[in-house]
Amino acid sequence: MRRIGIDVGGTNTDAVLIEDGKVAGAVKAPTSADVTGGILDSLKRLAATGALAGKRIDGVMIGTTHFINAVVQRRHLTKVGALRLGMPASASLPPFCDWPEDLAALVRGGVWMVEGGHEYDGRPFMPLDVVAVANAAREMKALGLKAVAISSIFSPLDPSHEREAAAIVARELPDASITLSSDLGRIGLLERENAGLLNAGLAELARDTIAAFERSIRESGIEAALYITQNDGTVVEAAQARRLPVYSFASGATNSMRGGAYLSGLDDAMVIDVGGTTTDVGQLRNGFPREANSVVKVGGVRTLFRMPDLTSIGLGGGSHVVLDPIKVGPVSVGYRLLQEGVAFGGSQLTTSDIAIASGRLGIGERSRVAHLDAATCARVFAECKRMIEETVDRMKTEAGPVPLVAVGGGAFLVSDELEGVSRVVRVAHGDCANAVGAAIAQVSGECDQIFRDLTRVAAIAQASDIAADRAVAAGADRATLKTIETEDMPIAYLPGNAVRVRVRVVGDVADRGGL
Amino acid sequence: MPLRDITLDDVESLAVGAWILGTGGGGSPYLGLLNMRALYKEGHRVQLMPAEELADDDWVAAVSNMGAPLVGQERLTDSRTIAKAVDLMERHTGYRFRGIMALEIGGGNSIQPLMAAAHLGRVVIDADMMGRAYPEAQMTSVAVGDLQPYPLTTVDCRGLESVVQAVPTWKWMERVSRKICVEYGSIASTCKAPRTGAEVKRWGIHGTTTKAIAIGAAVLEAQRRHEDPIAAILSVEPGKILFTGKVVDVERRATEGFLRGRTRFEGSDAWRGSSMELNFQNEWIVAWLDGEPVAMSPDLICVIDSVAGEAVGTETIRYGQRVTVIALPPPPVFLTPKGLQHVGPRAFNYDIDFKSVFAS
Repeated sequence: MRRIGIDVGGTNTDAVLIEDGKVAGAVKAPTSADVTGGILDSLKRLAATGALAGKRIDGVMIGTTHFINAVVQRRHLTKVGALRLGMPASASLPPFCDWPEDLAALVRGGVWMVEGGHEYDGRPFMPLDVVAVANAAREMKALGLKAVAISSIFSPLDPSHEREAAAIVARELPDASITLSSDLGRIGLLERENAGLLNAGLAELARDTIAAFERSIRESGIEAALYITQNDGTVVEAAQARRLPVYSFASGATNSMRGGAYLSGLDDAMVIDVGGTTTDVGQLRNGFPREANSVVKVGGVRTLFRMPDLTSIGLGGGSHVVLDPIKVGPVSVGYRLLQEGVAFGGSQLTTSDIAIASGRLGIGERSRVAHLDAATCARVFAECKRMIEETVDRMKTEAGPVPLVAVGGGAFLVSDELEGVSRVVRVAHGDCANAVGAAIAQVSGECDQIFRDLTRVAAIAQASDIAADRAVAAGADRATLKTIETEDMPIAYLPGNAVRVRVRVVGDVADRGGL
Repeated sequence: MPLRDITLDDVESLAVGAWILGTGGGGSPYLGLLNMRALYKEGHRVQLMPAEELADDDWVAAVSNMGAPLVGQERLTDSRTIAKAVDLMERHTGYRFRGIMALEIGGGNSIQPLMAAAHLGRVVIDADMMGRAYPEAQMTSVAVGDLQPYPLTTVDCRGLESVVQAVPTWKWMERVSRKICVEYGSIASTCKAPRTGAEVKRWGIHGTTTKAIAIGAAVLEAQRRHEDPIAAILSVEPGKILFTGKVVDVERRATEGFLRGRTRFEGSDAWRGSSMELNFQNEWIVAWLDGEPVAMSPDLICVIDSVAGEAVGTETIRYGQRVTVIALPPPPVFLTPKGLQHVGPRAFNYDIDFKSVFAS
């Protein structure tokens, strides 16, 4: 098995080759404005190391922040027709009702609400009004809309109305990208619908970006299938990523955590990824980041779908340091460290300067920071330690010390001794952990549903079967599937001892031959 | 005292304050807040009237949404449905309501009367019947007062309308109305038994909308100034800090349709070395400090995120959260022997005598 993992970050594009479970090559190249350039550059650098040397590559896995950046920066977004099935319920809170106005103005192509949807117990809430759906589709066509997001009450329990409506819309608008909220999962109509609207709004960008990725790989001379990494640390084939770009929103941080797990050999640990400006902390369970089970805001929009549970603080290698009283971050010089840091001739004191003065970091000119004595450095490190200890503890789900894997370019800020941490694990290639995480990614399937009148064990078994089928449909090899997350939550005020069960399984990418 | 205009800022504050008074339950006020933002954008305005201003023979509607919070996340609160429940009660009884009050000021139900008032052009009466959130119909001040529990209307957005004409007790009202609610899909908008002005003045818990707004405004102001939100709450309410620490364990189970369980906290600051356990049935019911019961219903037990100042609910609390547990004084009506029968620790199956945090 030989795979290339690429992480397209805001500053750098990292690429690694993983061969027989080992890192056989790792390079960094500056990210380019046109996407293709940076990837092509990094692949050329990787080839220049001699690591590729005419070998067959089984897959190229790319992680990118492109899609989330488009939402945050309000760029490259497509107008979306919002079709909600659920009238007469929820009429006073139409799609887009809690969006920031600037973003809604860019994405809202029109709102249609028609009868349909289901009850929590599977009964139809109202029959689907197929005539109204067809009328809505014709109006969308007249407006020239090319992206449609369909949501329906309790569609995670019964997606049939969304699917039926999609078929009707597709007849009127055969070229439109259609997003179904049931493909994005979670209970919570507004948040699930929001995720669907964002997804549809990214339709054109996703198509262009994936095409650019494919072009880069082709131009580099590598013949391999393209996979895109997702929020949960798994990959999907390029065609599915094109359809569901929101699933790649947080893949950068997730890939770092997965890479940390892989490089350290630990499946259950905390991971801290210290960059230039921010530090992300998450928890690995069975080698995967724990998922957020609550609302995550993206570009000001409340969403609820598969996202990693991470805490970010403003601490990194470029963080501003104030000595009296002591304060570290959240402001950072970021990628301008080499111009603005004191040890590099600049005037802004940063955490890197402190590390250089104390001898922890061997870059820059130590003579420029000679005025920082050992006691001062110790005070700054103590503050970093306090910030890290508190963040790590917040992300733990149980008491007792746990191992902590430290990755990222700013990992030197992590002390070897931390309260609540059994040991700090540092790994080779830790600065490319994100690209490693991409290279080793597997395929997943998830089920999040309400079960009634079943024992807890039977409900979990049923959910596991559904998740396994979905993983196989997404390209996993059934023989390699394993369950990585099981969660059950009793629900108040529902009869039949209702329980909501969430199960996630992963498996290796199935060999489809000919790749 | 004249009518007071409720501004949109007041509604934003109410959402925060009511969530704190929800004592762990009551459902998030977020969707109610979105509805009010939309109504105010359309030009609707709502006014608040002190309960003391009611004439004895005025009629007052008491409203709430009933059902599973989870269903409410899919069938989103629509401001018109609660107005329909009030309208149905007027058609059924022939009364014309002077104003609309909350059954339950804790959680999402705090905003229901505002939505009904906006659509029907009535005032909101500054009072409720719990002073917080409670899980059952007999856990109200009017049930303690043995006021008539019927009639009750339940409405669903599809045109389902039911009236419970008569029941012998509040507990029967709980059973029958719960059945209707389940049949509707486990969510229904309800108008409770109409109350006279005299009854509201005698048995209503007065000033609770104003109180929730004040608590929320204090927290929002503290957030803006990056000040201590707990101190802000205690500056407007005579509450007491019970504990400061972090969550170390959460246990939940669903029985008889309720969410029951317990949460354990490890102390920090002044409580370092101590531990607290909170038992809940949808809401926080009993607080144990190092094994001793130190606070219990009807005292309000509120768990607040120590940094953000937002309330932490029994459905969402999780390991590692930094929280402050505070107690707020209960409505006096619940401190009588009859009141304690309805909402004291034994009403929740804890065989302990009620002792208030605020008893000196």
